[in-house]
Amino acid sequence: MKISGSEAIIKCLLEENVDLIYGYPGGAIMPFYDSLYNFQDKINHVLVRHEQGATHAAQGYSRSSGKVGVVIATSGPGATNLVTGIADAQIDSTPMVCITGQVASNLLGSDAFQETDIIGITTPITKWNYQITKASEISTILSKAFYIARSGRPGPVLIDITKDAQFEMTEFLYKKHKKLRSYNPKPEISDNSITDACALINKAKKPFILFGQGVILANAEEEFKKLIEKTGIPSAWTILGLSALATDHPLNVGMLGMHGNYGPNVLTNECDLLIAVGMRFDDRVTGNLNYYAKQAKIIHLEIDPAEINKNVKVDVAVLGDLKNTLPKIIEKVEEKKYEKWLEKFRELNQIEYDKVIKDDLFPKKEKITMGEVIHQINIATKGNAIIVTDVGQHQMVACRYAKFNESKSNITSGGLGTMGFALPAAIGAKMGAPKREVIAVIGDGGFQMTIQELGTIFQTGVPVKIVVLNNDFLGMVRQWQQLFFDKRYSSTEMVNPDFVAIANGYQIESERISKREDLKKNIQKMIDSPNPFFMEVVVGKEDNVFPMIPTGESVSNMRLS
Amino acid sequence: MEKKENYTVSIYTENNIGLLNRISAIFLKRHINIDTINSSPSELDQIYRFVIVVKVSEKDIKKIITQIEKQIEVIAAFFHTDKETIFQESALYKVKSKSLFEERHIQNIIKNSHAKIVTVSPEFFVIEKTGFREETEKLYKDLAPYGLLQFVRSGRISVTKEPLNITEILNEK
Repeated sequence: MKISGSEAIIKCLLEENVDLIYGYPGGAIMPFYDSLYNFQDKINHVLVRHEQGATHAAQGYSRSSGKVGVVIATSGPGATNLVTGIADAQIDSTPMVCITGQVASNLLGSDAFQETDIIGITTPITKWNYQITKASEISTILSKAFYIARSGRPGPVLIDITKDAQFEMTEFLYKKHKKLRSYNPKPEISDNSITDACALINKAKKPFILFGQGVILANAEEEFKKLIEKTGIPSAWTILGLSALATDHPLNVGMLGMHGNYGPNVLTNECDLLIAVGMRFDDRVTGNLNYYAKQAKIIHLEIDPAEINKNVKVDVAVLGDLKNTLPKIIEKVEEKKYEKWLEKFRELNQIEYDKVIKDDLFPKKEKITMGEVIHQINIATKGNAIIVTDVGQHQMVACRYAKFNESKSNITSGGLGTMGFALPAAIGAKMGAPKREVIAVIGDGGFQMTIQELGTIFQTGVPVKIVVLNNDFLGMVRQWQQLFFDKRYSSTEMVNPDFVAIANGYQIESERISKREDLKKNIQKMIDSPNPFFMEVVVGKEDNVFPMIPTGESVSNMRLS
Repeated sequence: MEKKENYTVSIYTENNIGLLNRISAIFLKRHINIDTINSSPSELDQIYRFVIVVKVSEKDIKKIITQIEKQIEVIAAFFHTDKETIFQESALYKVKSKSLFEERHIQNIIKNSHAKIVTVSPEFFVIEKTGFREETEKLYKDLAPYGLLQFVRSGRISVTKEPLNITEILNEK
């Protein structure tokens, strides 16, 4: 029996166990939406308010659930509005399949209404993309799309489907892709690399582990914990690795990078062995590469061969899926403890606590600090919430201070640094993990970049909790202007609207907090609410985030003030 | 600055629309100019071979190769120095027929360059020369004073001295 191409798309989604999609209809994708009308009981379509919101929601969904996020958009502007989210998913390795409508194949290249070359536009920011012009291609290509998006190092895939292919009738047969001759998602593990790595680990005096999102993407949190507990090696995380290991684990020594913790940054240049686990030596982590861990041997456990020796030259590369490589390493390493070495991390942490953390979490000044808001959230959620952050000062503060007991709990835009990410990502995160508390922490700038998604929250009733930390500034840029541009606050001051009134317009319960004594009880009220909740917290206008590694400096030259 | 050298990049790929774009985007992203590019069927059925020449450092070419290999439809990518490859370029020169008869010297240029005359008509004639860049360039310089109607040179085509284990790579996958 023949079915239409558009119905075939839906059957493919069902074959891939997709029951939730984010999208926005329009001319070239209308046949799909017409077919979707018959499948409303099987697929929940969330109508966002802007296509960018659909991509971030799909990312949030994927990051909290581990599944592939699916996005639907029309041709032309619908497709171009996906670009930021696709680029974000590419750099942060988030599995996502975007399906865009395209003008009919006979009109391709004619500058038809809402025609745009979305294949050309998204080529450098997708793991794979493909244009379908015949209905008979749909099942093979979509099966390939899901396989590529989720396997190996995950990433976004875009499939562009012409309108006539959606109308055309076709036989439907679905075969799941398991293999492609030109694609090797899981590199074979070399036994030599395991032996070499273990030899270095066993003889190290001051070993140090850096872990990233690779641990989460490989579902290897347990294996990772076993490794560090057996070897006793202090471990620090990149921003995307956060929550892969409980924040209060005794071997968790904190956050790496520009606004990370003092100990792990400074001691990067004192360890004798650096073991990178599922991370990619981003420049925000390494600072100036010419002064980065030059004294140490380096081991890199990584699934993507293109990451090996890309930024940092390594002594041993252990290629492979962490789920498979970690157990092989655990088997061969000796049980050890590094009490004296760990003590160094604690000493530096005490310095950071005295000079920075104490005043952030327990401030004596009048204005509320971002740090104490996160601290109060920790107390109210006991570290069990998913925290979704946007980009900027609040993001650094939230990632520094948020407590996490469970993996997949920290959702943020890391590599691309996309302002506007958090609000839609929180919607997706909640839908991907409905039983968990989801709190979006956002700055006043980023909030207004995708503020329209309050409409999606209103329409779906998805009970996300939104905390806007408002300093009436683009705070991170302002901080740089203060420190490096002579306090010339060029275009960073924001004249903001009444956010509570806006939230009320969407009938979202809301509070504005500007006094310390109101903070605790209102955070509790927010957590207790079964509904969406909006909270604006007025924080100090010119507070800065410290410690900080200025651009071009070595990790060991971290400034505490 | 690290020393830059000519590298010949050989890429075996599936024959899909848009792959050229995907490969060139990797050079674009790193702000690298492609010197020559050629795409053709390879020795294997349904598998294409790109030959791209770029001038970069050894450190960069290694990273570029892994990023090219990472592309889904790329089967394998290799890089070689000029010494490691046998390579040629082809050039075509279109000249007014009148000058061939009036300028006796042209006949000597053609003879000495071992170029081939591809076609002759009352209005123009076309010469073809295959060889190294210096040879095709020399012929260009020699003919230019007599008025070249058109000149075109192909991208480098090249084979490596060492075998490329592309069949083994395919069998493993």
